[in-house]
Amino acid sequence: MTVTEDRQVGAGRLRKEDARLITGRTQWTDNITLPGMLHMAILRSPFASARITSIDVSAALDRPNVVAAFTGADVADVQGSLPCAWPVTEDIVHPDRPPLAVDAVRYHGEAVAVVVARDRSSAMDALEAIDVDYEPLTPVLDLEEALADGSPLVHPDKGTNKSYTWIFDSAAAGTGTDAAAADAEVVIERRYVQQRLIPAFMEPRSVIVDPGAGEYTIWSATQIPHILRVFYALLTGTPEHKVRVIAPDVGGGFGGKLQVTPEELITFMAARRIGRPVKYTETRSDTMLSAHHGRDMIQDVRLTARRDGTVTGISVKLIANMGAYLGLVGPGVPILGAFMYNGIYKFPAYRFECTGVFTNTVITDAYRGAGRPEATYALERAMDDLGVELGLDPIEVRRRNWIKKEEFPFTTVAGLVYDSGDYDAATAKALALLGYDKLRAEQADRRASGDPVQLGIGTSTYTEMCGLAPSRILGALRYAAGGWETAAVRVLPTGKVEVVTGTSPHGQGHETAWSQIVADELGVDFDDVEVLHGDTRSSYKGLDTYGSRSLAVGGIALVEACRKVRDKARTVAAHMLECSPDDLEFTGGAFRVRGTPDAAKTIADAAFAVFAAHDLPDGIEASLDADATFDPQTFSFPHGTHLCAVEVDTRTGRVDIRKYVAVDDVGKVINPTIVEGQVHGGVAQGIAQALHEEAVYDESGTLVTGSFVDYTPPTAADLPDIVADRTETPATTHPLGVKGVGEAGAIAATPAVVNAIVDALRPFGVRDVPMPCTPERVWRAIRAGGAS
Amino acid sequence: MIPVAFDYLRASSVDEAVAALAGAGEDAKILAGGQSLLPVLRLRLSAPSLLVDLGGVPELRGVREEGDSLVIGAMTTHDEVSTSPLVRQFAPLLATMAATIGDRQVRHRGTLGGSLSHADPAADMPAAAAAVEARYVLAGPNGRRVVPASDFAVDLFTTALGDDEVLVEVQVPKLEGWGSHYEKFHRMVQAWAIVGVAAMVRRDDGAIASARVTLTNMGPTALRATALEQALAGCAADRAAIEQACAVAAEGTSPRDDLTASAEYRRHLVQVLAGRAVAAAAGV
Ligand SMILES: Cc1cc2nc3c(=O)[nH]c(=O)nc-3n(C[C@H](O)[C@H](O)[C@H](O)COP(=O)(O)OP(=O)(O)OC[C@H]3O[C@@H](n4cnc5c(N)ncnc54)[C@H](O)[C@@H]3O)c2cc1C
Repeated sequence: MTVTEDRQVGAGRLRKEDARLITGRTQWTDNITLPGMLHMAILRSPFASARITSIDVSAALDRPNVVAAFTGADVADVQGSLPCAWPVTEDIVHPDRPPLAVDAVRYHGEAVAVVVARDRSSAMDALEAIDVDYEPLTPVLDLEEALADGSPLVHPDKGTNKSYTWIFDSAAAGTGTDAAAADAEVVIERRYVQQRLIPAFMEPRSVIVDPGAGEYTIWSATQIPHILRVFYALLTGTPEHKVRVIAPDVGGGFGGKLQVTPEELITFMAARRIGRPVKYTETRSDTMLSAHHGRDMIQDVRLTARRDGTVTGISVKLIANMGAYLGLVGPGVPILGAFMYNGIYKFPAYRFECTGVFTNTVITDAYRGAGRPEATYALERAMDDLGVELGLDPIEVRRRNWIKKEEFPFTTVAGLVYDSGDYDAATAKALALLGYDKLRAEQADRRASGDPVQLGIGTSTYTEMCGLAPSRILGALRYAAGGWETAAVRVLPTGKVEVVTGTSPHGQGHETAWSQIVADELGVDFDDVEVLHGDTRSSYKGLDTYGSRSLAVGGIALVEACRKVRDKARTVAAHMLECSPDDLEFTGGAFRVRGTPDAAKTIADAAFAVFAAHDLPDGIEASLDADATFDPQTFSFPHGTHLCAVEVDTRTGRVDIRKYVAVDDVGKVINPTIVEGQVHGGVAQGIAQALHEEAVYDESGTLVTGSFVDYTPPTAADLPDIVADRTETPATTHPLGVKGVGEAGAIAATPAVVNAIVDALRPFGVRDVPMPCTPERVWRAIRAGGAS
Repeated sequence: MIPVAFDYLRASSVDEAVAALAGAGEDAKILAGGQSLLPVLRLRLSAPSLLVDLGGVPELRGVREEGDSLVIGAMTTHDEVSTSPLVRQFAPLLATMAATIGDRQVRHRGTLGGSLSHADPAADMPAAAAAVEARYVLAGPNGRRVVPASDFAVDLFTTALGDDEVLVEVQVPKLEGWGSHYEKFHRMVQAWAIVGVAAMVRRDDGAIASARVTLTNMGPTALRATALEQALAGCAADRAAIEQACAVAAEGTSPRDDLTASAEYRRHLVQVLAGRAVAAAAGV
């Protein structure tokens, strides 16, 4: 017989979780109702900065159906402080962050009091009966003014609005940026502003805390059930084994649910005080006000180069808005970008300095890409300007600087070792797909004829560090936890397989991709694999999902666990076939005796044999189950080239994306359909930053983009068709070859779009348009440009 | 969010609705498609004690011919307006405009009457209704009265409707021989207009014989661009001449500064958009 391999890895299978996610026939946290469950509503501060002089909840207690009402003062001695797990410097200023404000509020939307009632509407109605006296203070809003002498202080007891300054300087290793600047033939100095964004996950956050007899079960729409469990234990004094956290199906996160939230802790306190299950589900307005925001940095960049286009150094000075407190990993977000300002290039000198600043705004923290989109934006914008300065095509100036295929592994100026990549191949493919030369010709025609609709082409070549993260590096960067991931594989008596993963999918499709991997590794049917996740009772160990880590770290753990299972099964199969394990090869989904492929045993055969356990080889336990924990030794480095062609109506300032091409190299692909979906979603969010989204606080510190009327994520109808293609250069650092794809699109797209707009408008003397590039801003840039 | 509790009455006739409004005074509100009212209630910006739902009054829905006019019931949805063969034949401006409102769901729930009564300065319907010189039929405790479009809108979110009156239907004079176009400029496909321009043009060979131009979001109510209408009368029907005439499009307007756009930008935009709307209506 001939043995055929029916490989699942690489197949564009439809996602097995989608039927229940799309139809809603599943458990979202807010769908869960427990016997006797109460509902909580939160009163939020209308002021950005104020002293609370008194709060009176007694009238709320008299409202119908109200069971309890309390304030920060009522829980001041038990509520503790919300965690920051990434104090990036030794001397970081790290103020307490009480879940409920006690005597001062520091941002619009901060929680000040709660009502718990038998139903949600009664709780909301009763909020109106709470009487709070505020003494408003002058808010700190502007990043540079916050650092100036005499600025009002977000935390007066700290004496400063500066949280930290974190520096990397290649001068320590020999080559410094000042020396490079002294010899520079060309200097590009630019300031870019990363506007504040709001992660617009589809499912609002929701939490239920059930205080059983001495143990707590918590359902939360979170990305991080495992991390949350640890913090619940630490912050509430509940023994860890008496805390069970469940993230049921979760509707998106983008980093926005990578947080230990005030709401989670307040709900816990309410349930503990009352002794009954309590649910809190936020409204979209609550999300906008109180879920952490992303980006919000000022970037001063200096690129130095020779006239032949060779970059000799880059130096970057950031001011990063932390908001009023430090979020779970907020201070580390710009530091994740710190290793990426050299991108795919062979720059010899690099200096990075970031200052984290407090303002009277909600905290900032991880948002799709976290630090890396900001870095890529500044770098790729500056590279375009360098090309213009030197009269070089934007592709050419990049090519002269990027690492060549044969130069891998390459140690970058930021100290990372890129294992593999092929920037020429990805770029060549992207140029062909876009029809670059033809569009350049059309651009020239439109310029020559003075067409009111101008054409621009934007380039963005990027890499990112994915697969967060090698634990020892995290330790060196003062991050509190590790970066490993686990998987457990259980083979049931009938040969079906349960996989327990420590990752926590919230839309990514892990159930499908993990099943494909297991199907190949163990020779079982795709449909015979069940992936369990997000419940600390079944999956007690894990570090959850963020930073494009799930497949690049958790996937490797899964492969290793599968291989342990296979090794055990091999021994059992050999015993059944009365041969030596060394005589068996695993092909076509079964162990076959070399040279006699008809003599075969499957994993299911072995599973039943260990279940019956009547006749096992000596020293073999009656189980095929295995688990594995994988701690990566290094990051993975997906890369790609994105090209965007825009039409800009110079009379109205309107920008239309005419064509968008994304060629990504994410290493080995487990499921191309999922990869394409991730790229589409990421590109959509990248375009959104370039063109549409901005969280705005007015001069009083009021969030004025508090709903989707004013904060405008694009819908499908606002987005172009995305031509998504790939090159495939496997990672060389682990057995699966994957590199990560979750953040790629969001990292690459923003500079591609803005570069395209600026490219279209160069003849008008335009060098920059602040993001988001709304029609009015584009129109103003054209007017200010002052040319033709 | 969840609205403050209210009483709910599903009226089965206009008389019943009027009586309920008259009985409840200022505290009652009509509920039509709910696309503007419900967001306001959910954000607790308003807390009426009674909602009178017009959804069960069949006579308020649909399009019919009555002599020289089309009559469109107040509860006719935006989708019905945009697809009605009668509207397309005799008032195509309303049909093309209605197709630009919000998204599909909004167009299937939101109504002509609700849009006009709500009088949002960014709403598209009022400008288009003004361009076709619609007349509004209002029913109150003392019977019915007819108000021309120009007198209906009073100010921001304020109309000639009394607290106890219901907008019943809208009469639209049948027009033939006019070209029309609605040019809407918005940042997102499903967003409200930053500026909108409705244009109706009657041509006399190579020239524009007469033009009506109305503006969305250029003041507290939909505005008629009278200076522009005068400049267009007799203007050559070519793009350059039209664009030149449109330099006066912002005259007499008072647009606002808000998050989506400044007044200055709106004044610029209206000239460009008027040029496009008039050219399209003139078929050039
Ligand atoms: C997401 C979204 C996008 C939208 N985009 C647009 C857009 O692009 N352009 C646009 O023009 N509109 C837009 N709208 C608004 C939409 O057109 C609404 O349909 C319209 O504003 C109100 O109509 P309604 O039937 O829903 O009225 P309702 O919301 O039910 O009522 C609105 C107000 O009018 C009063 N009222 C309603 N009917 C009558 C009546 N017959 N007599 C007296 N008073 C009455 C009500 O009491 C209430 O005060 C949008 C709405 C949404 C939700």
